[in-house]
Amino acid sequence: MSGDAPLPQSASPRTEPGDLTPELVETDIWTDDMVARAGIPVVPVPFVTVGGGIGSFVTVDYLRIYGVPAQQIVVLTGLDVPWQSYEYLTRVSQIPRTERLRSDSQSRPDNIWGFPSYAVSEAFAAKNLKDFLWPLWNVFTEPILTNYYTPRAGQAFSGMEKEMNRIGYLQSVRKGQVRMVRRRAGGGYYTILTPPAGAAPTKRIAYQSQYVHIAIGYPGLRLLKDLQDYRLTYRDPTKVVNAYEPHEHVYDQLRIRPGKVVVRGGGIVASRVLQRLIDDRDKYHLQTEILQVFRTFYTGPHGKDIFNRRPGGHGWAYQGFNYPKSVWGGQLKEKMAKLEGEARAQAYEEMGGTNTPFRRNWLEQLKRGRSQGWYREMQGTFDNIRPGPNGAGVVVAMDTQHGRLEEYADFVIDCTGLEADIRESRVLADLLDHSGAGRNPKGRLDVNAQFEVIGTRSRPGRLYASGSSTLGGPFPGVDTFLGLQISAQEIADDLARVGFVKRMGPGRSIAQWWRWARNRPI
Amino acid sequence: MLPTLNGRLQSRILVTAILGGIWTLLITPVLPTGAPLGESYRTTFIILLTVIVLGVLWEFLYHFLQQFRWEKDWPSSWGLFTGINEGLLIWLLINVGGVPGVAHVPGWAYLIQFVTTWFLIWAAQNGPLRVPFIRWRFNGGRFL
Repeated sequence: MSGDAPLPQSASPRTEPGDLTPELVETDIWTDDMVARAGIPVVPVPFVTVGGGIGSFVTVDYLRIYGVPAQQIVVLTGLDVPWQSYEYLTRVSQIPRTERLRSDSQSRPDNIWGFPSYAVSEAFAAKNLKDFLWPLWNVFTEPILTNYYTPRAGQAFSGMEKEMNRIGYLQSVRKGQVRMVRRRAGGGYYTILTPPAGAAPTKRIAYQSQYVHIAIGYPGLRLLKDLQDYRLTYRDPTKVVNAYEPHEHVYDQLRIRPGKVVVRGGGIVASRVLQRLIDDRDKYHLQTEILQVFRTFYTGPHGKDIFNRRPGGHGWAYQGFNYPKSVWGGQLKEKMAKLEGEARAQAYEEMGGTNTPFRRNWLEQLKRGRSQGWYREMQGTFDNIRPGPNGAGVVVAMDTQHGRLEEYADFVIDCTGLEADIRESRVLADLLDHSGAGRNPKGRLDVNAQFEVIGTRSRPGRLYASGSSTLGGPFPGVDTFLGLQISAQEIADDLARVGFVKRMGPGRSIAQWWRWARNRPI
Repeated sequence: MLPTLNGRLQSRILVTAILGGIWTLLITPVLPTGAPLGESYRTTFIILLTVIVLGVLWEFLYHFLQQFRWEKDWPSSWGLFTGINEGLLIWLLINVGGVPGVAHVPGWAYLIQFVTTWFLIWAAQNGPLRVPFIRWRFNGGRFL
């Protein structure tokens, strides 16, 4: 349909010029006329990436290195720098810049080749012999004599900053909130951006592109019901916190007077929170008492057969990274790529599940706590949380293997990182409702092996997605540094197949790496 | 690199043949073989070929052992230390006359050739190879 039909009555009250019209909101595939009628300015550009976090950054990095000029790329984002959200989440969950991430040495979002690895770079930046030798020794002997080498958060961030400047990333950034992506009649897509108030003459801007990439990260944090109920009923956000929220006040209070903390969860965040509690306990000679509650309690190695045994003990399941390492390029990557539907969901279940890396310092702390009686671990699920006697602390009612139990605590730190449904994101909900996108066996956005969102093709354009919202696809480990790079490489190669850019071969790769090594701009 | 069986075999054959081949070309003239150059080249290249042929068999064993690892990875130190068993086996075979075309090699010449070649291949596979071949590490070590 083109421009002659009057707007339906339901369209009133009339929207301001440059805003979404009911016609646009209700139509799945937009014509250029519809957008023009709404008075929304149109900016044509070949490639749009939505999100602007590390997922967008590594994708742009790949495309720039493959040879796409910065002018052909637009990054739509509310972030100032790509690692902003990531740094916030790692910092509040107790990984400040000086602490080490849970990430492999070769997984460098600032270097598509992963060479030199973080360990080698760290060694060559060292100021003394010990700091030079340690990372090299660590990465050489991992994971047999030493734990897996992992980089400091600060090294990852400063590396990304350098690469961001090298590729001129910020030239492509347009600030604002993305509202939706819709298919365009005639091919490609419209991506609607709401720029910051006062930054543009109209309320919305439409980016018209052949290709769209969506990497908007975690749709949000979902708190468990018992935690939500406590907060809603008692209006108290201080004694019961989620580890992904700022909760420095807990550590501050424990320094002022002794207290008991219930830590829920058995993942990396629980490990880091325990480390912080015990470090503080040691450093300030505190009397902090800790009870850790696991929903699934592993007493030892577990798994279906001798070829699939994951180490574990004292409640924990130990694994170097959030998936077994070979999902990022070895046997399990190959195996997963062949699985569909229920079989894939089952495999995710076996490999995933909550786990934490095996780190000797953590084990030593907990062992000490156990023997001195200030740290206990148990299996249990929370039933409810209510205020403690006389308003002090809280009482946690739990169902455990030994029956019902009530425990007093000054604080509860919930370390379960539940993610909200992808519908919580407006952009993803809109894709599901209007653009043909579907869900994979894990309930997230369904992508194929090239990270194209299945069902959304608008010939000759293509729509891709990467990162955590695509978890459950043929490639696991998407929500990691290396996973984002693997996705970006698949996308770049797919774009090469459709002729947007030339596929990078060994010659260009070597030349580009040499530029990278000398920090020469692209 | 996190190898699959196919990737192991491809990497073994291609990297040993190409990188190992270039290295053998370069190093043979300086090896203390005590033999004329032509004969030395013949011997060193037969040894390199033996590393490939027996290596293919070794890779099946390594792949089997890898199955006992939950992560299905192959620690990089193992990639270096497997040179010990492989190097000893070839040395043994040479001395019992089990390597066709190689009757005798001085110990030092063999040691220098094997250790330097092995180290070079190991080092290349643990980093520099990712520069020209950006897809190699994500494909379990496959080139093709």
